[in-house]
Amino acid sequence: MTTKPIPAQTVQLLSEFEEKINAEIKIEPSDWMPDAYRQHLIRQISQHAHSEVIGMQPEANWISRAPSLRSKKILLAKIQDEGGHGLYLYGAAETLGVSREQYIEWLHQGKAKYASVFNYPALNWADIGAIGWLVDGAAIVNQVSLQRTSYGPYARAMVRICKEESFHQRQGYEIMWRMMQGTTDQQRMAQDAINRWWWPALMMFGPHDKDSPRTSNALLWKIKRETNDALREKFLNKTVPQAELIGLQVPDPDLKKISDENYTHGEINWEEFNQVINGNGPCNQERLEHHIRAHREGEWVREAAFNSDLKKQ
Amino acid sequence: MKTADNQGELWEVFIQSKPGQAFKHVGSIHAFDKDNAIENARDIYTRRNEGTGLWVVPSAEIIAVALNESDYFFEPATDKIYRHPTFYNLPKGLTHM
Repeated sequence: MTTKPIPAQTVQLLSEFEEKINAEIKIEPSDWMPDAYRQHLIRQISQHAHSEVIGMQPEANWISRAPSLRSKKILLAKIQDEGGHGLYLYGAAETLGVSREQYIEWLHQGKAKYASVFNYPALNWADIGAIGWLVDGAAIVNQVSLQRTSYGPYARAMVRICKEESFHQRQGYEIMWRMMQGTTDQQRMAQDAINRWWWPALMMFGPHDKDSPRTSNALLWKIKRETNDALREKFLNKTVPQAELIGLQVPDPDLKKISDENYTHGEINWEEFNQVINGNGPCNQERLEHHIRAHREGEWVREAAFNSDLKKQ
Repeated sequence: MKTADNQGELWEVFIQSKPGQAFKHVGSIHAFDKDNAIENARDIYTRRNEGTGLWVVPSAEIIAVALNESDYFFEPATDKIYRHPTFYNLPKGLTHM
C-alpha cells in the first residue's frame, strides 16, 4: 500500500527535484518526480515511439520497387533501424510505469498521436530521397537536442538513435543528388518531391513558440532543451544550402537569406497542419488501420510466445 | 580441488559513473543476499567515488553468448557497411550533415 506524501513532503521533494534539474542531473525512473513531469514524458516519449513505428509505412511501400539491389538493401536497413528506434523508445516510456500494451492501445484508440508528417504518401522513388533528407533531417535536429533531455532513459535512447540515424539523412540526400545528375525527368521528380515534403518537414517542429501551450513547463523541466522555432531555424539554416548545392529550389517564395548562414522562411500553412494532425491528412486512416491490422495479425505470435514461456516454469 | 563454495552466490556489478550515463559492468563479487551484495559491491568497487549509481545482478541470471559462438552470432551485421554514414557518395562542399 502506498500513502500520499503530505504537502510539506511534496514541497521538499519538488524542491529536490528542481535542484537536480537545475544542476543538470538526470532524473531516473526510481526518483521522485512531479506528476505533470511524468505525464508530459508519457505523452512525448510514446508519441516519439509511435512516430518511429508508423514512419516505417511510407518507406516500406518502396522496398519491393527500389531501383537497385543496393538501394533496396539500404532502404531495408533504414526501416529496420526505425523499428529498432521505436523499441528503444517504448522501453524508455515503459520506465514511467505504463505498459507497452497500454501505449499501443492508446495509439489504436486515437488517444496518442504520432508525427503528422507520416500521414503524407510516398508517391515515387524521389520521395524516398526527400523523406531521408528532409524528414529524417528534421527529426535529427530535434533528436540531437533531446540527447540533453532531463530524463535519463530518454536521453540515453536519444544518444543511440542519433548515432544510428547519421546514415539515414545521407542515403536520402544521395538519392536526391543522383537524380539531380540524371535526366530532365529525374530532375523534375526530385524537384517535385522537395516541393511536396518541404513544408511538412518544417511543420514537424510544431506550432510557433507563441502558440505552443506545453512548451514552457517542458523547457523549465528541461524535457525539451530548445523551442520549436529555434529548432526549426537550425534545420532551415542547415538545409537550404544543401538544396542549393545540388540545384534544387526551396519551394518558398518568401525564403530570405538574412546573413551568411541564416535564413527566414515564409508563412507556414497551419490550417493544413491542424487538419492533418486532427485526422484529415491524406493517409491518417490508412496508417492507423495498417498498424491495427498488423497488431491483430501478430496476436497468435504473442500468444504462442507467452504460452511457451509458461511451460518452461 | 574444492569446487563447493562457502562464499555465497556470485553477483555481477555495474556502475554508473555519472548521473544520466549508462551502467557499465566492472566485475563480480560474492554475497549471501541482495543487501550483502550491494554493500560488498560498494566496498570493493567504489572506494574512490567511481560512481553515483550501482547495480548488482545474480551472475546465474546473466544470459550470454558463448565466446566460440560469437562469430556466427554477430555475423549478420558484418557485411552491411551501408549502415555506416561513411558509405555514401556525397557532393563536395556539403556541410552540416
